[in-house]
Amino acid sequence: MNESQLSFACPVPAAHDSDVVLLAHGEGGLLSRRLIQQRISPRFANQWLQSAPDAAQLLALQQPVVISTDSFVVSPLFFPGGDIGKLSVFGTTNDLAMVGARPRFLTLSLIMEEGMPLATLDRVLDSIAQAANSLHVAVVAGDTKVVPRGSCDGLFINTTGLGEQLFDAPPDATQLVPGDVIIASGPIASHGMAVLNARDQMGFDPPPASDCASLWPAVLALHDAGLTPRALRDATRGGVTAVLHEWAEVCNQSLKIDEMSLPVLPQVRAACELLGLDPLHVANEGMMLVAIPPHQVESTLYVLRRASPTTAQATVIGVVEPPGTFPVTVRRALGRRQPLDEPIGAPLPRIC
Amino acid sequence: MKYLEEYRDPAAARSLIAAIRQTVRRGKRTPWTIMEVCGGQTHGLLRYGIDEELRDCVELIHGPGCPVCVTGLDAINLAQQLAQQSNVLLCSFGDMLRVPGSCGSLLDVRANGGNVRGVYSPLDAVQLARQQPQTEVVFFAVGFETTAPATALAVLQAAALGLANFSMLVAHVRVQPAMQAVMQSPNCRINGFLAAGHVCTVMGYESYHAFCQQFGVPVVITGFEPIDLLQGILACVQQLESHTTRVENCYQRSVQLHGNRQAQDVVGQVYRVCDQTWRGLGKLPQGGLTLREEYAAFDANKRFAATSQPEPLESAICPSGQVLSGQIKPPECPHFGVDCTPLHPLGAPMVSTEGACAAYYRYRAPHTVPLNQELLR
Repeated sequence: MNESQLSFACPVPAAHDSDVVLLAHGEGGLLSRRLIQQRISPRFANQWLQSAPDAAQLLALQQPVVISTDSFVVSPLFFPGGDIGKLSVFGTTNDLAMVGARPRFLTLSLIMEEGMPLATLDRVLDSIAQAANSLHVAVVAGDTKVVPRGSCDGLFINTTGLGEQLFDAPPDATQLVPGDVIIASGPIASHGMAVLNARDQMGFDPPPASDCASLWPAVLALHDAGLTPRALRDATRGGVTAVLHEWAEVCNQSLKIDEMSLPVLPQVRAACELLGLDPLHVANEGMMLVAIPPHQVESTLYVLRRASPTTAQATVIGVVEPPGTFPVTVRRALGRRQPLDEPIGAPLPRIC
Repeated sequence: MKYLEEYRDPAAARSLIAAIRQTVRRGKRTPWTIMEVCGGQTHGLLRYGIDEELRDCVELIHGPGCPVCVTGLDAINLAQQLAQQSNVLLCSFGDMLRVPGSCGSLLDVRANGGNVRGVYSPLDAVQLARQQPQTEVVFFAVGFETTAPATALAVLQAAALGLANFSMLVAHVRVQPAMQAVMQSPNCRINGFLAAGHVCTVMGYESYHAFCQQFGVPVVITGFEPIDLLQGILACVQQLESHTTRVENCYQRSVQLHGNRQAQDVVGQVYRVCDQTWRGLGKLPQGGLTLREEYAAFDANKRFAATSQPEPLESAICPSGQVLSGQIKPPECPHFGVDCTPLHPLGAPMVSTEGACAAYYRYRAPHTVPLNQELLR
């Protein structure tokens, strides 16, 4: 037995120096307060967070208030093109943008897994701050909880966004009429394939990168140019197909798209081909479908392509037709028109 | 992926379609019936509408080459049973997890607390066994000669690592015995075959010469893209119209006469040919692969004491056997699109992304209404 094994150790753990998240960080005591004071508040410095009450009193907005909430559970937390933090800001604010609301305020709820490195939390918080700043959105309230190891996958985030209605965007697709043109604001399927590749370490090279981005600049540009979309929708889970089916059902028309005109980046297409997934079914996080009257098509494309990097490759993918046998059809490469099915469940890769 | 674009070129496809129509002699009353063996080919044909384009001169019959559709029900039931044992992690390819056994699918087992994981490669399962030495990792090895080399490699790797907690439930199937069974079925009306390009990439196509002579049908090794498929069909009807019967390789960019010897060696080292029960087709002589005695330690069948299993009863109303052997087409089934859909499948061909019923449901939107001619223009 050597000397070091005989030495006395202080029985009080030096928990506040931990470099991982502890259950105590969520208990509301000293560690909770320090976590907020040292890591969260400084990143979102604003008048509402200064006094740290449990609720923020917001200024009365001049326009009607729009609210939206979303939870984020993506795994892995970081992937090419984005991370859970950036996603939690743009995901919620894009929902506001789709109805013509300028994002103004955000709440931020963090559910952390015991044992997550605090360095990981710092990276995510930096990303949230950067995304929120880029939109001039203030994070005005929040909450932190810690759950025991194994109870969540690292970090879950919920954000609620408040926006002010700057203009009336169509709330749904009831206004679609035959002849309207459907535009995809950018390449499709990038986000879903980026996350799948990162999650399962598939090693696609170059790796597909997520399109995670704000669509507000593009929506605002359309409005400022006097354009009047008949419907706007960010094509997140379920991909382009889910939006088209929802629109077709709501407007009771038939939507017709052209497979050859779908914008898909080469590395994304390659990954989809290899796994047997249809890019039309794969999720996006910075891509919207815009339905526009035919006479506004050229100007819409012009405006979108200049509005933001994420909409620089906006392109026409289809048209609205009178109701037909099928709600949504796709013209395949060889020219035949087929019904486009809705995705069922999570897409699973084929085996050979 | 630029590489693929030339095999989807609309102009080239149109000229091949015209060539097929010209080759089939005028006045032929009934179309030639050609079976595409592989489920991937079925999907290609339906996705691009090739079967409809050629309807007047070629009838395409969809073969049994969907690996998860033909995996025996007893094997699926056993996999589910293993997945419910504490301390077992059952892994398989994603597609396999959705296929219904006698009591739901592996995904249902997972939802009810079973330990099931989808992996992209059998080697991932070996890796899991290394990472979790206290867990019994069982890989459910399904598929044709295309997946067998990878699963064989997993066994060799586990053996080299001396892993005592890795085993496999082997339900591999072989293509050619199924083609023979189809030809020997009483109602067979097949004039020619499009053989599965990927299986031939591994196994070569020497063995098809004897098959060709035995049954007097052309066998054309065919790929999966529209141009590949059309080239295969053209070669097949050229043979049929000129009364020749031979093996022809129309997938030369992938397939060589002797196949991939290295892959065959690995398969031969680990597996031996055995009789195998195919879902829908029954027990086929030499229809599958099983682990050799030297690798019995990795055989989950032997490692886990068999407990009472549910009787491998098929749905009484699902005629999947007739679909898998090409006797009927999915829309001819009274349940297709009515009480059998991908959300509520009655049989495996509606589940798998490569199943014939799923292909019709997806690309023909069953619902049995003929395609609107206006939309087709």
